[in-house]
Amino acid sequence: MSAPETTAEGFHVKPVARDFDAIDRSTLKPPIKGPSALGTDFRRMIGLAWTMATAEFKLRFYGSVLGYFWQLARPMLLFGVLMVVFTVVVRLGNDVELYGPTLLLGIVLFTFLGDATGGAVSAMVDRENLVRKIDFPRMAVPVSVVILASFNLVLNLIPVLIFLLASGAEIRWTWLELPFLLLLLGVLCLAIAMILSALYVRFRDVRPIWEVVLQAMFYASGVLVPVQAIQAQFGDRIEQILMMNPFSAILQQARHAMIAPSHPSALACAHHWYVLLIPTAITLALLIGGFVYFNREAPRIAERL
Amino acid sequence: MTKQAPPAILVDGISKTFEIPTEGAHTLKERALHPFRRGAVRKMRSLRNVSFHVEPGEFFGVVGRNGSGKSTMLKTLAGIYGIDEGAIHVDGRMSTFIELGVGFNPDLAAYDNVMLNAQMLGLGRAEAKARFDKILEFAELGDFADLKIKNYSSGMLVRLAFAVMIQVDAEILLIDEVLAVGDAAFQQKCFDEFERIRESGATVILVTHDMSAVKRFCDRALLLERGTVVAIGDPEEIGDQYLDMNFSRDAQAEVAAEIAADPDDEETSADVAKISLAGTVNHDRDRHGNGKAEIVDSWIENADGERVEVLPFGTPCTFAMRVAFHETVENPLFGMTVLTDQGVTVFEPNNLDLPPMGVFEGGTVRESRITFDSYLAPGRYILTPSICKDESALEWFDRRPRMHRLLVTGTVKTLGTMHPPFTLDVTTPTDDQAVSA
Repeated sequence: MSAPETTAEGFHVKPVARDFDAIDRSTLKPPIKGPSALGTDFRRMIGLAWTMATAEFKLRFYGSVLGYFWQLARPMLLFGVLMVVFTVVVRLGNDVELYGPTLLLGIVLFTFLGDATGGAVSAMVDRENLVRKIDFPRMAVPVSVVILASFNLVLNLIPVLIFLLASGAEIRWTWLELPFLLLLLGVLCLAIAMILSALYVRFRDVRPIWEVVLQAMFYASGVLVPVQAIQAQFGDRIEQILMMNPFSAILQQARHAMIAPSHPSALACAHHWYVLLIPTAITLALLIGGFVYFNREAPRIAERL
Repeated sequence: MTKQAPPAILVDGISKTFEIPTEGAHTLKERALHPFRRGAVRKMRSLRNVSFHVEPGEFFGVVGRNGSGKSTMLKTLAGIYGIDEGAIHVDGRMSTFIELGVGFNPDLAAYDNVMLNAQMLGLGRAEAKARFDKILEFAELGDFADLKIKNYSSGMLVRLAFAVMIQVDAEILLIDEVLAVGDAAFQQKCFDEFERIRESGATVILVTHDMSAVKRFCDRALLLERGTVVAIGDPEEIGDQYLDMNFSRDAQAEVAAEIAADPDDEETSADVAKISLAGTVNHDRDRHGNGKAEIVDSWIENADGERVEVLPFGTPCTFAMRVAFHETVENPLFGMTVLTDQGVTVFEPNNLDLPPMGVFEGGTVRESRITFDSYLAPGRYILTPSICKDESALEWFDRRPRMHRLLVTGTVKTLGTMHPPFTLDVTTPTDDQAVSA
């Protein structure tokens, strides 16, 4: 073997190049796979998503002193309008115990659903300059959107709790259910976020379609009018149908746990435990289907953008 | 003999085809309306059966013209694109440097940008946090940690980006040429960093079409053309082969078209922009002369006698012009003025110092040819052919300012406008002065 040749400049030692065919193949590492949804290290993916979310959060709030209040303005304004409509004009809410906090909790949770899924639609495309330039676990993108939305959710929940206590609600043990319910909601949002972010890369009309779906869901999932207010009019069937929507089931249980015991639990609304299998199955199907679809699309996202 | 370390990278017969939908369904609506119609796709093979390897510690260049597949090569190596066939084996931690500071956001401070960038490049969150101070120290930006990076100078940005790259402990670096765009000072900073990385013993793959960078840094280089490997070997040889390929006839046409499309030229001179590509006569408004003789045609020839507008540096070339004499004139001066695109006269060959030409009868046509080796430094030039009365520039017969443009291509690095061959010797003086010093 000849001595390595040193080039004229610097201390760089020029390695001796082997003959391509003479390379010992047995020492090679397995071939690289290209971009994937999760990458090689799940924790790294979560860490990256967290960093992306915190960076985005800082961008939103550090720019303006009143950032937090602006953030609250949208759900609060909506709440104000709806509150007037349903207590003064239509009077549907007057039969409901603590209608104000009930409505606000619904709006805040729905805002989370809207932020997490609506934000996910164009998330991959908006980060085109990253996706096309570096190999990172693609799943970090929808996960970061859901994390960012949950930061906002936590901020939005503060006025809900203040309002709840100010309206005379008691602190109960069942409040401890809230974190689990939020986690469940987060999983539902992530499942939808995965599907939407990957789908939007191929089909750009996903955005208007999803906007319409969200709008419809807002009115159809019991955010405005709690089940007990319409149950008398439409009967048990309406409760059962409503509970098939995973978001409605989570919201109903949250109201039961947080607002007052007079709000029926999700199980009470469903009447039979097996009815609750439907929203569970929908969530699981979305989660598994979403992951499978995202995982399949991940390697090609960069070239389709 | 000990067992040799595996190569840093071994690319084994990879192919990559892109599917470009020609009329594809871009919306769910279209897909729903035509569920069974397969969208027509055009297949574009970007890489065909490419194989090569890179030794540990090697500075390896991948070169090729635009569209040769080198960017696709880079992105498949980086794991951004999946491949259709073959395998890529990588031994060691690899970082991609396609752009300076991927994920950098101008509105965030150094901390957030470093965290994002370092994690993108492969560090875990905790690792990135632990190395933040070191990165800032390396970048010499300790005092500016809280400053939004949009307020950084370009030099500070380069240092920060390179500091992250170095601190992620990548053993293999993939660097794209786009890094080295920007002003000369910025380029120099990037090149300085390359030099440092090179000396640190990392394996580097540089993808570029800048042959001077390849010759300067690379140990070996690979030449790609239409997605296949043309040659692998010594950077000098690869460089020559690349130039040959680049300045074959059809390549010249491409370059010429590029020049024509280059909006920068408008600034140099509005007239220049009007000059047609084939080197045909441009009846520009600056043309002047009394018409006793007329330059009916003029052109630039390369060594093969072909009319060109692009010349490789250092090759023989000829300025030719065809003159129709309408009146009988005695001892005319045939001349050509070569200006830089800044308008500085570089070279003015004519027959002023040659023996008198004699009498040219009215109604005759002559061709003059000025031949020399094009030691004009690589760059853009403007040519003005002229014919006038002997020893006097006062009586122009015909002068056609800025009739031609010429692009000299090459890899010599000089700030001068000429770069003729020269020798440079350093010797030890033996006279008394040297001894006393």
